[in-house]
Amino acid sequence: MPNMVEIDSLRKVYEGGFEALRGVSLTIEEGEILALLGPNGAGKTTLISAVCGITLPTSGHIRVGGHDVITEYRAARSLIGLVPQEIHLEPFESAIDSVRFSRGLFGKKRDDAKIEEILKTLSLWDKRDTKNMQLSGGMKRRVLIAKALSHEPRVLFLDEPTAGVDVELRRDMWDTVKILKEQGVTIILTTHYIEEAEAIADRVGVINKGQLLLVEDKDALMTRLGQKELRIDLGAPISSIPDGLAGYGLRLGDGGRSLIYAYDSNAGRTGITRLIADVDQAGLVLDDIHTSQNSLEDIFVGLVHEGDDA
Amino acid sequence: MNMRAVWSMYRFEMMRFFRTLMQSFISPVVSTSLYFVVFGAAIGSRIDQVEGVSYGAFIVPGLIMLSVMTQAISNASFGIYFPKFIGTFYELLSAPVNFLEIVLGYVGAAATKALFVGVVILLTSGLFVDLQIAHPFAMVLFLVLTCISFSLMGFIIGIWARNFEQLQLIPLLVVTPLVFLGGAFYSVSMLPPVWQNVTLFNPVVYLISGFRWAFFDVVDVPIGLSLLAIAGFTALCMAFIWWIFRTGWRIRT
Repeated sequence: MPNMVEIDSLRKVYEGGFEALRGVSLTIEEGEILALLGPNGAGKTTLISAVCGITLPTSGHIRVGGHDVITEYRAARSLIGLVPQEIHLEPFESAIDSVRFSRGLFGKKRDDAKIEEILKTLSLWDKRDTKNMQLSGGMKRRVLIAKALSHEPRVLFLDEPTAGVDVELRRDMWDTVKILKEQGVTIILTTHYIEEAEAIADRVGVINKGQLLLVEDKDALMTRLGQKELRIDLGAPISSIPDGLAGYGLRLGDGGRSLIYAYDSNAGRTGITRLIADVDQAGLVLDDIHTSQNSLEDIFVGLVHEGDDA
Repeated sequence: MNMRAVWSMYRFEMMRFFRTLMQSFISPVVSTSLYFVVFGAAIGSRIDQVEGVSYGAFIVPGLIMLSVMTQAISNASFGIYFPKFIGTFYELLSAPVNFLEIVLGYVGAAATKALFVGVVILLTSGLFVDLQIAHPFAMVLFLVLTCISFSLMGFIIGIWARNFEQLQLIPLLVVTPLVFLGGAFYSVSMLPPVWQNVTLFNPVVYLISGFRWAFFDVVDVPIGLSLLAIAGFTALCMAFIWWIFRTGWRIRT
């Protein structure tokens, strides 16, 4: 897959001296969905704003579809659709006029069939003549998405699309994202919600304090997250692992009072049943059993706090 | 040139205008009528002809200029400030358009509205006084150039303003006094000699003088100077707007 978005050593220092981005480099392939996770103020919105032309980078380069966003801004921006975090809409215009305006603004020929298709996909068709100010919060957000899709972009930026959105709309949004992915649209979304990244992303990036801490394939990340630990508390401490249990890669914990077994919860066979039978066979008395799991949240919080200590 | 984008911006701006067409039409008719009642009938009846023109007719060019200038500034400044205020400006910044296209769309719409008001006042005036237009082509040229240049100035004010108070400030403190002191309701030759010289520093004098020449063939300042003044003012505004978009002043963080 060719690269759709290439960000190279991007830095952004705001007028007040605040450094929002500290040398971010990131490559996004055509057709993939990248979720950027990060706490508030991490630099997610600044990153998106720099790609879309709303913020001027202090240094570094950004290319979209092979076009530099500064020197070839027309070609680059024509490929991009942006759904901002805040709801900004012309209050007195109707939904359909707002969407038509966006299409024209991006230089596309008027196409009522296309607009109708977009509005229908987003369940906005019945509300097309309602003034934006009279729409509910969720509907307004759909209008923003319709505006971003109006010119048939190849790259879509969704800045916290499901912040403050009800469960139903969130599911709808995820479905829309999946449809767009099938059409080959590259999608970059920022989110606070880890389950959102899990549900729709191909890759996950973690950003904090203007630095990209990690970009990893979601499945690889999930495998890492799938690692579970089983702790078997023993009735009496042992000094070494009995020969009969050698094949499990066990560790002794708690001064010999417990055995720790690491396994992959996603694998079909975890080996737990056999292990417990073998423990019994080895003549050990079981007191208690615990399991624990690494969550994406643990990894995320761990990464973000590592940054704090530095 | 992204002409579709220009057209979209222009059309979107004009839609607001058409929604309030009656207001846009009635308010200049009412205010023009009031001016004629006060200056034309009540005061004007005691004033003899000015430069060989009846006072009622004499004030028509100034009256049109006054409205056109204030309308152009308020339409253009509001037109570009409003998206900044409600936050929809992000879309303009992220669109594949350059400064010239944004200016053509927004300033074009503001100038069109101002032109509409100017024509309405001209027609209303015709009901009160006997109007003759000596140089119709020059009259249209001056009117259109004034609409464009003051819309450009309004656009700059709209970009510069950080709140609604600032949006009103320049029109109120600078433009209205300059227009009132620019010979809208009198001839510069009626002033004492010292003030005649002082008033030549007021750029609006050149515009009103040129516009009045187009009607009555009488001037306060040479017509060439008038044309130069308006061309220079337009060029100055364009250069400033080009600089704004080049540096991102007050638009891009």
